[in-house]
Amino acid sequence: MSGKKLIEVNGVSKSYGGVVANSNISLDVEDGKITGLIGPNGSGKTTLFNSIVGYHPIDEGSIKFEGEEISKLRVQQIARRGLLRTFQQTRIYGKMNCVDNMLISIPHRKHGFFDMFGTNGKADRDKAEHLLEFVGLYSKRYLPSGDLSFGQQKLLEFAMALMNEPKVLLLDEPTAGINPTLINGLIDRLKRANTDFGITLLVIEHNMRVIMNMADKVYCLAHGEMLSSGSPDVVQNDQRVIDAYLGAH
Amino acid sequence: MSWRARREGISGKPGPRHMGSVMNAERRNLISQGLLLAFGLIGPFLFPHYIQQITLLWIMVLFALTWDAMGGQMGYNSLGNIFFFGAGMYICAVTQIMVAGYDVGEYTSAFGAIHVDISDGQYFAGLFLGLAVAAVGCVFLAIILGRIFFGLRGPYFAIGTLGIALAAGELIGAWDWVGGGSGISLPLYPAEADFFPGSGDDESMFFYTLALIAAVATFLFYQWLYSTRFGLAVNAIRDDEEKAEGMGIHTLRYKTVAWASSAFFMAIAGGIHGNIIHFIEPLEVAFPTVTFGIFMVAMALLGGKGTLWGPVIGAILFHVIKEVTWTHLLGWQWIALGMIIIVNVVFFQQGILGWMKERWPEAFGVTVEGAPAQGSETGGGSN
Repeated sequence: MSGKKLIEVNGVSKSYGGVVANSNISLDVEDGKITGLIGPNGSGKTTLFNSIVGYHPIDEGSIKFEGEEISKLRVQQIARRGLLRTFQQTRIYGKMNCVDNMLISIPHRKHGFFDMFGTNGKADRDKAEHLLEFVGLYSKRYLPSGDLSFGQQKLLEFAMALMNEPKVLLLDEPTAGINPTLINGLIDRLKRANTDFGITLLVIEHNMRVIMNMADKVYCLAHGEMLSSGSPDVVQNDQRVIDAYLGAH
Repeated sequence: MSWRARREGISGKPGPRHMGSVMNAERRNLISQGLLLAFGLIGPFLFPHYIQQITLLWIMVLFALTWDAMGGQMGYNSLGNIFFFGAGMYICAVTQIMVAGYDVGEYTSAFGAIHVDISDGQYFAGLFLGLAVAAVGCVFLAIILGRIFFGLRGPYFAIGTLGIALAAGELIGAWDWVGGGSGISLPLYPAEADFFPGSGDDESMFFYTLALIAAVATFLFYQWLYSTRFGLAVNAIRDDEEKAEGMGIHTLRYKTVAWASSAFFMAIAGGIHGNIIHFIEPLEVAFPTVTFGIFMVAMALLGGKGTLWGPVIGAILFHVIKEVTWTHLLGWQWIALGMIIIVNVVFFQQGILGWMKERWPEAFGVTVEGAPAQGSETGGGSN
């Protein structure tokens, strides 16, 4: 399994007007691994995420998923291939309860026209409830998800992503806004999503302790360019990375 | 892939308390349906003088339900759903004229002076075929319009759809083949038809029955539709369409089906209403944007948008108030209706059912397990 590249980003550039958000970025995500993406604020991490999942067209370069070019596909088509992302500003269906949030997050890749009028079977319900249990929201499953705390909404969004059975999950700052005492529990769950459920992860994270603890390989962006990459130890001790974070430019 | 988590202390089934409230909700639903249907069946005999008003009541219920499928459940506030009412009315009328064996252009240019000589069979065949063609035709119109208008979000969608309805009224008014601004007089109900012996007014009873069936069918259809994956998907689109896209939901498909279903029932309502009025013309009867077109929104908001029963309750209340003020407060009726709308949107935007849901959340299945007040500790809430 290992060694196969699930996502291959090659020479991707993206500018907004005169602002170059990504310049000639290349990055690989290996199957079954946890890949980290770090960088100071405004370094272009989220732009790269948006490019990968098809939220906007890229100016140059190529993005491949399982060896196929996806940079021209639309968001839904990419999602249905099994490449899913969570949002930095958590997004859930606020007026629906947690169970309904989960049930509508089932994988849609095999859905034909008449599946719109299907009902969710017991297997889907069980799976939804087990995943809610997995993230610790089981007792609140009939509450409108918009009434949950921010941290709980993040956990729900994570559970919804797992419900979708993605091959790769792109997580945009999964620990941001989460109570520090809960972060260890979250790291544990992310790791288990990777090991138990076999989901490859690409994680944007500001919390160095989290990313160094989890990732197999780390990429560091700064000013829209790839600054450094390698194992967490290598990146952590790279003088350029330290400078970028401390602002020694 | 193993998604199984630890299952400490969970049964995999909804907790007893939740089940209880669900059962209650189902029983309430059945009782309400029974009561309403009973009124539908005996209403015209109890209040024979009000049969026209009760017929219109069922059409109003249909209006509110079909608007809510878009505006309430899916969050696409269409101000142009009345377009399908008018389009259906015209398609039905044209079909009826054709089935009666007349040339539509000649028929309409005679301005009703033509002597319509058709058999009972022709009349009913034309009517039912007309309703069917109208329904199917409007489904196609909704699919085509959806391709164009579903690119618009929020207020732009509302104004864009309003434009459809307004433009349609003007365009039909300029189209001589369908009578232009002078409209069409529809074939008359056969004088010797006697489906409801002893009723004294067979025509009113006949169209009352059609309207009742149409409203009940609409209700039952949406009740079923919302119980399927469709219900969850359109709610997801309402809450966060971009997220829904990001999760791979076929959003355009769901949106198109929602609008097409509205169009289907609105077209039937239009066909029925046109035949009740006998004479159809574009601005007042077929595309009444500022009356029916706004009423359907007001009714859904009043009852509680995004719920199955809200539009029904809103329609009944709104229609009764409307009819009462028209009778007893003539001259003030528009002010009274305006007041209802203002009080509704300023003081309780969530509508009657929405307010009840906030007041008594448990009755609507909103529960936390393991909360102290309920005693039972079933959830595994440790993070």
